[in-house]
Amino acid sequence: MTNKQEIRNITLNELVSSVRDLASKGYRLVQMSCTNFGENVQLNYSFDKDYEFINLRLDIPSDTQVQSISNIYWSAVMYENEIHDLFGLKFNGMAIDFKGNLYRTSVKIPFGSC
Amino acid sequence: MSRRTIIPFGPQHPVLPEPIHLDLVMEDEKVVEAIPSIGFVHRGLEKLVEKKDFIEYIYVAERICGICSFMHGMGYSQAIEQIMNIEVPERALFLRTIWAEFSRIHSHLLWLGLLADAFGFESLFMQSWRVREKVLDIMEETTGGRVIFGSCKIGGVRKDIDTVTLKRIEKVLVDLEKEIREISNVFLNEYTVKSRLVGVGVLSKEDAYNLGAVGPMMRASGIAQDMRKLGYGAYSQLDFEPITRASGDSYDRCAVRIEELFQSIDLIRQAIGKIPEGPVDTKVTGNPDGEAFVRLEQPRGEVVYYVKANGTKFLDRLRVRTPTFANIPALLKMLKGCDYADVPILILTIDPCISCTER
Amino acid sequence: MFAFNMTKSIFKNLFTKSPAARASLAKKEFKRNTRGKIDINIESCVFCGICQKKCPTGAISVNRTDKKWEIERLKCITCGYCVEACPKKCLSMGNEYSGPALSKDKEVFENARVLDNATNS
Repeated sequence: MTNKQEIRNITLNELVSSVRDLASKGYRLVQMSCTNFGENVQLNYSFDKDYEFINLRLDIPSDTQVQSISNIYWSAVMYENEIHDLFGLKFNGMAIDFKGNLYRTSVKIPFGSC
Repeated sequence: MSRRTIIPFGPQHPVLPEPIHLDLVMEDEKVVEAIPSIGFVHRGLEKLVEKKDFIEYIYVAERICGICSFMHGMGYSQAIEQIMNIEVPERALFLRTIWAEFSRIHSHLLWLGLLADAFGFESLFMQSWRVREKVLDIMEETTGGRVIFGSCKIGGVRKDIDTVTLKRIEKVLVDLEKEIREISNVFLNEYTVKSRLVGVGVLSKEDAYNLGAVGPMMRASGIAQDMRKLGYGAYSQLDFEPITRASGDSYDRCAVRIEELFQSIDLIRQAIGKIPEGPVDTKVTGNPDGEAFVRLEQPRGEVVYYVKANGTKFLDRLRVRTPTFANIPALLKMLKGCDYADVPILILTIDPCISCTER
Repeated sequence: MFAFNMTKSIFKNLFTKSPAARASLAKKEFKRNTRGKIDINIESCVFCGICQKKCPTGAISVNRTDKKWEIERLKCITCGYCVEACPKKCLSMGNEYSGPALSKDKEVFENARVLDNATNS
């Protein structure tokens, strides 16, 4: 477990510019995850290049709309739709918008704060 | 412009091991676009951390998936051990590595059988699974279960393997290698198999990197990354290199997995030669507080575990990002422009494990 | 050879005995470590209830007043946590699997000696 890991805290406005900066340096998107703290929500974006791991962290209230990064990384479409289906967080500007139909569950928004 | 029809594929299909639904938009016999829809096996395991404390949760974590079950348990234990700063004894690290490599062998043999079934070669399917029975017998002898091992725990492993059994495993490995060589000869050199696999579903190197493909899909397109090089477990003391191929079609992905089989047998021999004496577990006291990211190499690719704990015995959040979820965008790109008869083979080359994807 | 690569395996299969036919007639030999089912030595059990607290699925119920130990076989995942946790070491892991069942019944173990003492005294 001797890999290099770094966690950076950023704000909502810096999100797109930091992601674009990492993409131009050649990082690939590893995962996006969401943690529900009741009123606030924490988003983690993870990137990797040559075994070096960088994590961008966002703490926002749960009803904000987050800018999508799917025009930089097309694979973010799957992660953003999953977070929208499970937690109820809205992203604007997704490249493909499934409108809640990606995940078929009998209870809508199962992990949400409601 | 010709007319388009939509054909639903799945969730029930003879070639799929687990349910996934794709809507294929077709023009005559060519697929134009594919729209996925998942959620048939969603069990809400990430929400179960609020009800089961962190020591009991290892039993749930092992049952996320049947085929890659040992590595899920190992990843969860490693994350909690990293948060609590527990030092696992050396012998336990080597034992975990041996079981992990056996897990990889049985998963790849299962996949080879399913691939042969997908293009109708039933007798090769039977031969591959027959070889896999030898591996499952070793598993039952050392851990007690054929598929769900129940042997990993926080702080080490639960059972030890004595020296007599280790010597017998070495003899079984010799037979195993001979039989795998016979089967792989058919997969790599037979004319009918090659005509279904060569040139089908090509993924270029830039596409594989930008779409976030992981595991054998990434390595068959030429990117040499293998998470075992990070050095967890006993891998820092073993000697190996990631296996890559250049063209990125289905034949190369099959060849990468077959060579990983031989590499795993070699790694098990190295580990049996170097295993030290000592205890196999340490005592765990207290509650975890903090967070950790752990990355492992499962048979299907790179898996990321994120654990957040807050000082009580229930965890705050557990997030598992499984390799099949990361390979789905690459699958959607490969399906554009392929023939309808190639759709089952392309879905199988990403090695779909849908119960991992949806937890 | 670009074709007929399977012929060697096919000839070997024709002339050796099939393992499947042998297996269905012979009785299965279980290995020493196989996790089959949980057995209890009811004489030494003190009904402390530790196994009930540790069981991850909740398959064990312990009744201290009636001196009964019950297990639901279909819920048990044979993980062995109760075997490790028992302070009197009266639980053990048996090799054979429990048989198939038509309904979800509980298996009840009672200590007959204790009940006799209660009625006689």
